[in-house]
Amino acid sequence: MRNFISNLFKHNKKTSSSQCPVFSQDKTTTRVDEEKGAKQILDKKQNRRSFLKGMTATAGAGASLMAVGASNLIDKDAKEKAALKWEEFFKGNYRVMTEDEKKATVKRLEELSRINNNQNVSISADAPLEGVLFGYAFNISKCQGYGDCIEACIEENNLDRKSNMQYIKMFEMDHGKLNVESGDAAYFHQVPKDDKFYIGTQCMHCENPPCVPVCPTGATWKEKDGIVVVDYDWCIGCRYCEAACPYWARRFNWAEPEVPKEKENKNQHYLGNRKKMKGVMEKCTFCVQRTRKGQEPACVEACPTGARVFGNILDPNSEIRYIIENKKVFRLKEELGTEPKFWYYMD
Amino acid sequence: MVRNFIHFCSDSFKYSLSGKNLYHVWMGTLTFFMIVGAFFYSKQVTHGLVVTGMNDYVSWGLYISNFTFLVGLAAAAVMLVLPAYIFSDKDFHNIVLIGEGVAVGALLMCLAFVTADMGGPERAWHLLPGIGYFNWPESMLAWDVLVLNGYLALNLFVPMYILFQRWQGKTPNKKVYLPFVFLSIFWAFGIHLVTAFLYAGLPARPFWNNALLGPRFLASAFAGGPAFILLLLGVVKKFSNFKVDAQIKSKLALIITVAAQINLIMLGSEIFKEFYTPTEHSISAFYLFFGVGEHNALVPWIWTSITLNIIATVTLTIHKFRSNPKFLYPSCVILFIAIWIDKGMGLVIPGFIPSPLGEFVEYQPTLVEVAVSLGIWAFGLFVLSVLVRLGFAIEQGYLRKNQNSN
Ligand code: SF4
Ligand code: SF4
Repeated sequence: MRNFISNLFKHNKKTSSSQCPVFSQDKTTTRVDEEKGAKQILDKKQNRRSFLKGMTATAGAGASLMAVGASNLIDKDAKEKAALKWEEFFKGNYRVMTEDEKKATVKRLEELSRINNNQNVSISADAPLEGVLFGYAFNISKCQGYGDCIEACIEENNLDRKSNMQYIKMFEMDHGKLNVESGDAAYFHQVPKDDKFYIGTQCMHCENPPCVPVCPTGATWKEKDGIVVVDYDWCIGCRYCEAACPYWARRFNWAEPEVPKEKENKNQHYLGNRKKMKGVMEKCTFCVQRTRKGQEPACVEACPTGARVFGNILDPNSEIRYIIENKKVFRLKEELGTEPKFWYYMD
Repeated sequence: MVRNFIHFCSDSFKYSLSGKNLYHVWMGTLTFFMIVGAFFYSKQVTHGLVVTGMNDYVSWGLYISNFTFLVGLAAAAVMLVLPAYIFSDKDFHNIVLIGEGVAVGALLMCLAFVTADMGGPERAWHLLPGIGYFNWPESMLAWDVLVLNGYLALNLFVPMYILFQRWQGKTPNKKVYLPFVFLSIFWAFGIHLVTAFLYAGLPARPFWNNALLGPRFLASAFAGGPAFILLLLGVVKKFSNFKVDAQIKSKLALIITVAAQINLIMLGSEIFKEFYTPTEHSISAFYLFFGVGEHNALVPWIWTSITLNIIATVTLTIHKFRSNPKFLYPSCVILFIAIWIDKGMGLVIPGFIPSPLGEFVEYQPTLVEVAVSLGIWAFGLFVLSVLVRLGFAIEQGYLRKNQNSN
């Protein structure tokens, strides 16, 4: 028993012994996950491959059958669409795809968008950059509750306009309390208001995300750069991850999401803001389609007060690193051990 | 062997189609509900889960509530199997098939409820090990898929083997089926604990995140499940010439009583913990029992459940009432209802209210959810009726292999 307890502590101590002062414990976790993942992949690939090959062959046969039988009725696009959809349906989990498979699915999705919506989108499959771990800081003293971030997020990420889906939640707080549970997320009046202050929440991209292990199909995971993502095509919509998130950061598509064609953001990422379907989970991705290209997330760019700071916490010269090391920062629900990469601070 | 088995299946099938008028009316009614359920489910498939009362705040509802309760019902079969095979209690031998039939019916309902709750049931193959990505052992839900299907297989195999032998006029070989019976006993505890851990393993939801959840699941299952079986025995007795031993009834009633008492003690200790020194984490319990502000949708439900629970437990505890069918059967009915509320809506919904960020959004099931749920219950009862009738027909020797054929 003693031993067990002291081991527990030892494990915790590890945190203080690696390169980054902020996160270290998680580095180990990530590596273990990866190794295990790789093993699983190796074990699985054989089966998958042969299964998929069979499926694709069937698809081909089906498509050509249709082509012969009804070539007058079905135009080229429809035939192509059927074949693409079939291949999409039987593709694997994104995290175990090879580079070629990733490229192929992205191409198919672009093609489907062209056929379905007559919309030319560009979907990227950019991988995480080496030596990058993203983090976010929120300045409570500066935020005035305008909500420009919320708007920018909706537009950037092609969020469902019909249900008014929002990744960001803004709480209006009374002085004297810091827990968002006591805040009011439904405020509707001119801001800023005297005697109030504002706290925004969104996915905290926990280093130890409770939403990830619960997924029965491994459709959600943490990438190397710390972003927690969902493979929309792999998610079966059980919503276990939504129940497991302590920050209420996940959103489910209860109906087919609607985004007006002219409003659709065409710069997309497979794991980011591409169009989602009914019955799947989604969430903030730190705007993976932007941040992996060196841009800032839409919410950071949109904030008129400069309350939002984003960057690479492994880079000793970054602003985010400066804030974490020099300001008095805190995180929400630290007692849960989720290690959010989302810090709050005051000037 | 194979031909024999096919013959066995076709015989069973034919037998299930024949019966008295009452039987046909009963099965017809169930079929009607199944069709209605299927119709409403098709709406859900076309429009998505918006047609339910669920939302991002309360993301599980009536479906998962029923699922949770039914896992308990399935696990309760063990309360018949255990005395029958392990303690070689002759009394239980005759009715153990009923227990296994209940398990099969309940498990099929469980699987149907989970499927109904999924956003993308057509992608369920993603769960298949080998071709999909089965996130085991990390995900408790993956565990649940595993144990539920395993338990279903066990509960199909054992009775099928026994009945197949009996139908051929042979005595079932204990060496063949006993190992599986033993396995199924451990497995029963497994399905229930795993389902409890599914909830208990979420620190995000303090209402579920407590160590007592697993044991309480077991206690309530071992009260509610046998109560259901006892009622079923009553029905069987009424509609067939099968004699239910008074011994069995009193033993079952005792099991129910003890489990119900333990369940009440645990409920008491939960209530003490939440209300003697309420913390921020007790809000869900406050919401459930008393309501918070104008939010009090669950208050009437939970008090109904507690009242029924206490009435039934007290009645059953008093020996004179327990041994009197006039009190025994009604007590079983109200205990069953009490536990359905308590383990279903009373457990699942308050876990979501308030949300982890403190917002109160209440839940009300829609017509679609109610109709689909009724349809699934009808489906389960349909399967159960077929299995129980078949089991009796073969056990009692009405249905035997025709010696001339073959
Ligand atoms: S905030 Fe929620 S959704 Fe985001 S990583 Fe943490 S647990 Fe997962
Ligand atoms: S909803 Fe999707 S991502 Fe979430 S746990 Fe279920 S399958 Fe995984």
